[in-house]
Amino acid sequence: MVRRSEMDAAAGGHTGDDARLAARGVAVGYGGRTVIDGLDVEIPSGVITTIIGPNGCGKSTLLRTLSRLLKPASGTVVLDGTDIAKLRTRDVARKLGLLPQAPVAPEGLTVADLVARGRHPHQGWLRQWSSDDAGVVADALAMTGVADLARRPVDTLSGGQRQRVWISMILAQGTDLLLLDEPTTYLDLAYAIDVLDLVDDLHEAGRTVVMVLHDLNLATRYSDHLVVMRAGSILAQGHPREVVTAELLREAFGLRAEVIDDPVGDRPLIVPIGRAHVRSR
Amino acid sequence: MTGTGTERPVVPGVRLGRVSFVWRPWLVLVTLLLAAATFLVFCLSIGAGDFPIGLPRVIATIFGGGERFDRFVIMDLRLPRALAGLVVGIALGTSGAITQSIARNPLASPDVLGITQGAGAVAVLLLTVSGGTSAAVAGAAGLPAAALAGGLATGLLVYLLAWRRGIDGFRLILIGISVSAVMQAVTSWLLVTADITDVARAQVWLVGSLDGRGWREAGTALGCTLVLLAVVAGAAFQFRPLHLGDDVAAGLGVRNSPVRAVMLLCAVLLAGVAVSAAGPVPFVALVAPQAAMRLARCATPPLVASGLVGALLLTGADLAARTVLPVALPVGVVTAAIGGPFLVYLLVRANLRRTA
Repeated sequence: MVRRSEMDAAAGGHTGDDARLAARGVAVGYGGRTVIDGLDVEIPSGVITTIIGPNGCGKSTLLRTLSRLLKPASGTVVLDGTDIAKLRTRDVARKLGLLPQAPVAPEGLTVADLVARGRHPHQGWLRQWSSDDAGVVADALAMTGVADLARRPVDTLSGGQRQRVWISMILAQGTDLLLLDEPTTYLDLAYAIDVLDLVDDLHEAGRTVVMVLHDLNLATRYSDHLVVMRAGSILAQGHPREVVTAELLREAFGLRAEVIDDPVGDRPLIVPIGRAHVRSR
Repeated sequence: MTGTGTERPVVPGVRLGRVSFVWRPWLVLVTLLLAAATFLVFCLSIGAGDFPIGLPRVIATIFGGGERFDRFVIMDLRLPRALAGLVVGIALGTSGAITQSIARNPLASPDVLGITQGAGAVAVLLLTVSGGTSAAVAGAAGLPAAALAGGLATGLLVYLLAWRRGIDGFRLILIGISVSAVMQAVTSWLLVTADITDVARAQVWLVGSLDGRGWREAGTALGCTLVLLAVVAGAAFQFRPLHLGDDVAAGLGVRNSPVRAVMLLCAVLLAGVAVSAAGPVPFVALVAPQAAMRLARCATPPLVASGLVGALLLTGADLAARTVLPVALPVGVVTAAIGGPFLVYLLVRANLRRTA
């Protein structure tokens, strides 16, 4: 278990100057109600960071603030050393790709057309499509394994394929910083694994990923850095092996669970206890 | 990153000097065919009347040739009316394409959002309250200006009521339907309490008609529409990502609120210009973008094609109202007859999708 006071030491080389994205003392709220108050976080570069926490703890709010969809009431979000609020939205879009929660494509829009829209921040009124754009889109389609679906309407695809297509769109944006808000929502477990494997591939290719996940075991397995939130502030952060303990799960989620060695992975595995069919111990 | 292989690119493009865009041959073909069909119906409409003029003579005359008598009938009597119809159709079609795109919902046309009804209510107010004494005022600059102001005020009211940290399409439509009902109630109340001769005039205007439109009305509508279309064309590029939803558009670097505000203002003004020129012609703004989408096989309403379908629909309906039907009817009656069933079709289809 890593406390805030120890977090710098635990995160090791990840914190400090090499963080391209960071929040400094941000307070965010909706219409008078404060969700996050005075929060600091640095996103380590080149790894997968996942924000977890109970419903309503402000994890999506934090991600939306980092992606400048929400403007903090106080404090700043810093991207590559500059206050994100002072950058042009278009310049931010060339550095940072964002996949919002459960996006919906217009009915009948084809995969190729959707992914092509990812090039928007690189285009202008006169230059709406170039051969560079065509190449980047072809690569994004190939990398996410949806090239064969290019001419299909997005709404006819399965949930997992659809999410791959949306990830393909933000890849076409050509940023090496990706923010994903609950990329596995509404997906069956097999599809969720499929999408997270893809996210891992993107990280292997050198991208920095920040995501919000609901499923604690998936977050533990796929992340290099966990940010655990409760009631609008950060309770703990660090490598899953250090952060995920029975004590933390009780404190953050009010969840009684055992943390055991994952039989197939090198990360901890969370076994919730609950009441039903529990062997007496 | 570079392109892979030499096969046909997934998204082909064309380049003309500094201008480059995605090559959509079907959309281009449909748009050209629509333009040709609109021009044909426009000329047929000019030729039709008590003194029929053949198509070649109509075309020759509007391009500067023709005999003196043809020139008089066409240039002084028929062309302004036909031009007014063309402009009103383009304005309504484009306006509907914008509002449907903003709300991401096919029902969100200016007639459903109350803009048309607001324009109508204010116009009827002017027609009835001013009474016979100032009928001259109403007939001159007053009526179109009142209709435009009414449409703009209603559009702003709907936008402000629907605003809650952004615009949600469904909320916009619900608010629009309520405001539209209020405006219709105001209109009914005005008609019930007003003098019977004023009511008769107001009723004719409320159906939507091109009768008696001259160069002044056509010229004003054309000028306003051209200016608004130029603004729409300028903002269209930044507007396109909004089809994917607010958050995705913001992620792609679009400043949503100003772009949407400019486009919505243009849509409201286009609808207002149309209503002030021809009265609240129903359903064209609802049907045209949806028909254009299906013809052009686009996922979102194509702006140019929507305007052309609007023009074709309005010009065609006016021609049909004057020639095919046994009695000459105002154009609004014909567009309502086409638009009503189409609205039912959209509703049934939306329900099927939701329950599927």
